[in-house]
Amino acid sequence: MRMTNCKNIAVDRAEPIYILGIETSCDETSAAIVADGRRIVSNVIASQIDLHQSYGGVVPELASRQHVKTILPVIEEAVSLSGLTLAAIDGIAVTAGPGLIGALLVGVSAAKALAFAIERPLIAVNHLAGHIAANYLCDSELEPPFLALVVSGAHAHIVYVQDYSDYSLIARTQDDAAGEVFDKLARAVGLGYPGGPIIEQKAQGGNCKAFPLPHPLIKDSLDFSFSGVKTAALNVLNQAEQLAKKNGQSRREILSDKDFAATVQETIVEILTAHLSQAQKITNARTITLAGGVSANLRLREAVTEMADQIGVKLIVPDIKLCTDNAAMIAAAGYFLWRDGIYSDLSLNATALWELSEI
Amino acid sequence: MQTFSFISKTAEETAAWASRLADLLQAGDVLALDGDLGAGKTTLVSGLARRLGVKGQVASPTFTLLRDHEAGERGTALYHFDAYRLSGVDEWYESGFDEYITADGITAIEWAQVIREALPPETISITLERLGANERRITVNWSDARPLHTTIS
Repeated sequence: MRMTNCKNIAVDRAEPIYILGIETSCDETSAAIVADGRRIVSNVIASQIDLHQSYGGVVPELASRQHVKTILPVIEEAVSLSGLTLAAIDGIAVTAGPGLIGALLVGVSAAKALAFAIERPLIAVNHLAGHIAANYLCDSELEPPFLALVVSGAHAHIVYVQDYSDYSLIARTQDDAAGEVFDKLARAVGLGYPGGPIIEQKAQGGNCKAFPLPHPLIKDSLDFSFSGVKTAALNVLNQAEQLAKKNGQSRREILSDKDFAATVQETIVEILTAHLSQAQKITNARTITLAGGVSANLRLREAVTEMADQIGVKLIVPDIKLCTDNAAMIAAAGYFLWRDGIYSDLSLNATALWELSEI
Repeated sequence: MQTFSFISKTAEETAAWASRLADLLQAGDVLALDGDLGAGKTTLVSGLARRLGVKGQVASPTFTLLRDHEAGERGTALYHFDAYRLSGVDEWYESGFDEYITADGITAIEWAQVIREALPPETISITLERLGANERRITVNWSDARPLHTTIS
């Protein structure tokens, strides 16, 4: 990724710095304006969930086409709701990766055109850094260093945020993402998409120890491996189905969706919390934050809150609406890059596999 | 066409077999991987990647569709695809993914059935069937005569 680095001359002015953020990495088209990286002025999100629901997941080409249709109206609305004019914008921040390449390109192209037209810096934001930055919008006091658990349909990372643009990867998934397990298992039991909220809803009142699931550990590493959990859960489901067939019953009579969902959820939450607690010990971080779509899960919030209380560290959890993909978090992350003069030029391209450690 | 089949008892065994398969592969080869959720498709690719010594870590490409691993010391790149979320061959072509097949790397595609028509006739077809909790029958169909029997230790 090519970047120009020219330290911003300290701007001595009374008005805040306004960054316009653009996010199109998956199935949300979003534009937002954030002041000084901390205060949301406007945040417009157009979701494609309805569009992809019948397919049991995001259909990449459909997603790109939908982004093309909605990106300009969404940007216009974000500007209009802010009460500002484009001339008041100090920089354009856009998610340049990781994500679906076709979807990312829509946002990147729009951001480049806009930056060129209004003659403002273009800032490439890593999507995971964006998720982490959602915490700056929720706690105005939050400053690095801190530890972040980033969990979504595509990620399961533990990141040590050394400084606003300095990240160390402590752990990542070696196979499936946390949300991916929810999505795939929800589909396997015929509960639909997106899996995370559905599993969480079904899990209520279910037995969270209905069957044993493995807690895979990787030698000398805090990395996650959720593939084994997924496979073991599918095995339990298959066994229940076979037993049901033999007895002329339905699978739900042997293993209810409720118990299945509760046990899967509890296992994932236990694994995430255990690794996060280990990471805290290693880094001795005094503040822990959550980020990403799966951090909207209330059981995860509860378990991490308990863990943080026990070890006596501060916990910051973003508002639920800022956990899932949105452009306000991109604008917030973009502000800190803007402040440090980390700009991209108009040759910026989208990168489907942009690792946080490559920032 | 040769058909080759064996039983793998564990995920580790599947990955180890894939490492030995990697020794028979050359740039331009395409592997089509099919099998239910949790059958071991990503595990198999991780075994391949390890032996090929490619860069970057193998993970499920379900979200990004493609994980592009640059060549390491053995000089062969690995393109790891997942067609799980594609609606068919049109999306495959529209995304320009067919160009990877002709590129100078090894291509492995999970859920390849979705885009079967787009794959060349010399594709190595690998099916993973779940026999038990960990046991899998792995069946390879290949028009090439390279000695698949040497992959069994």
